[in-house]
Amino acid sequence: MKVCITSKGDSPESVPENRFGRTPFFVVYDDETGNVIEAINNSSANDASGVGPKVVQMLVSKGVNVVITGQVGGNANKGLEVAGIPTYAFGEAKTVADAYAAYKAGTLTRIV
Amino acid sequence: MKIVVASGKGGTGKTMVAVNLAWALSQSQEIHLIDCDAEEPNVHLFYPGGKDEGPVTVKVPEVDSEKCTLCGACGEFCRYGAISVLTESVMFQAHLCHSCGGCMLSCPVDAITEVPRRIGMITRSEPSPTLTVISGILDEGEIAAPAVIKAAKEAGEWDGVSVLDGPPGTACPVIETMEGADVCILVTESTPSGLADLRRAAHLAEALGIPSGVVINRSDKEDGPTLAFCEEEGLPVLLTIPFDREIAAIQNRGAILCSEKEEWKEAFAQLYEDTIAITGDIS
Ligand code: SF4
Ligand code: SF4
Repeated sequence: MKVCITSKGDSPESVPENRFGRTPFFVVYDDETGNVIEAINNSSANDASGVGPKVVQMLVSKGVNVVITGQVGGNANKGLEVAGIPTYAFGEAKTVADAYAAYKAGTLTRIV
Repeated sequence: MKIVVASGKGGTGKTMVAVNLAWALSQSQEIHLIDCDAEEPNVHLFYPGGKDEGPVTVKVPEVDSEKCTLCGACGEFCRYGAISVLTESVMFQAHLCHSCGGCMLSCPVDAITEVPRRIGMITRSEPSPTLTVISGILDEGEIAAPAVIKAAKEAGEWDGVSVLDGPPGTACPVIETMEGADVCILVTESTPSGLADLRRAAHLAEALGIPSGVVINRSDKEDGPTLAFCEEEGLPVLLTIPFDREIAAIQNRGAILCSEKEEWKEAFAQLYEDTIAITGDIS
């Protein structure tokens, strides 16, 4: 299972990013080992339109299974729903690693 | 002859001017009145009972899931995020689609065809033998107003005089309405924000190469800055309609000012003459 977290930077120490489609990075964890396997640079972040669905397609192609973020817009929401990717809000987490730990602890609220 | 009635923002009385101008003209000649404010059409409030002339459609992709290999090409191509290739299916979000046809071209296995999708409708009524009213109406929740405006203009196309009630603002729908117009009447109110909106609308008409003139509506007799702007830009002030209880009351009843007040019938007939004069057309 791949769990990805929207992030302002490319490491587990980075601050999680509230925006889903326009996040600068996605930090991807392998759920089995608990290790970070990848930080994806979001190439759609500055596109004029349709950012949410484009990002969903990209995550699907990377085999992401779970998303943790702040907020999801309507168009991306639809994509995540159809793609069957459960999505959680990181809430109070101060770092990407905190958000991942909270997800593992089962304390995050599911938003999609 | 296409006369567009426009304004930089809504609520200036643009529709009132268009409806009265068309009514006054229809007393002496045949007229088409075309409502191009597809997002908020109002002309039909004056002339209800328009007959459905058929839907306005745009072309959208349809994916044949038998042929589709989920290769991802269409979704990567679409810059509007309207088509996304997911784990087991291709998802299409119609409200994001700009009907560019690119996804169809990008599909390596020809799994995509174009199908029509309704976004609005055209209505037509003939309230008098000399007046034809055509409205372009965008469906609730749709965004492609320019496509509906284009269809309304085509439905009203003829050799005679057409009065087009334009959408407010200065974005794509207004540009679509002004496209191919001979002259533009800009309706404004004598307030500072009204002047800012007038400036934008005037500059748009100028950029499109359409001569224009100004109608000041609900004038409080303190039109100094507006008049100075018109003077500076060489925009003729074609008509000033005062802020007046009686006029407001007629409007509120949904009645046509010209049909009740002989002096306004003459004023709007004169507005037409003066508008035509700006185009340099003497006929
Ligand atoms: S027609 Fe154009 S805008 Fe619509 S889905 Fe295809 S590529 Fe995207
Ligand atoms: S480009 Fe064609 S084959 Fe590839 S995902 Fe889109 S519809 Fe399917």
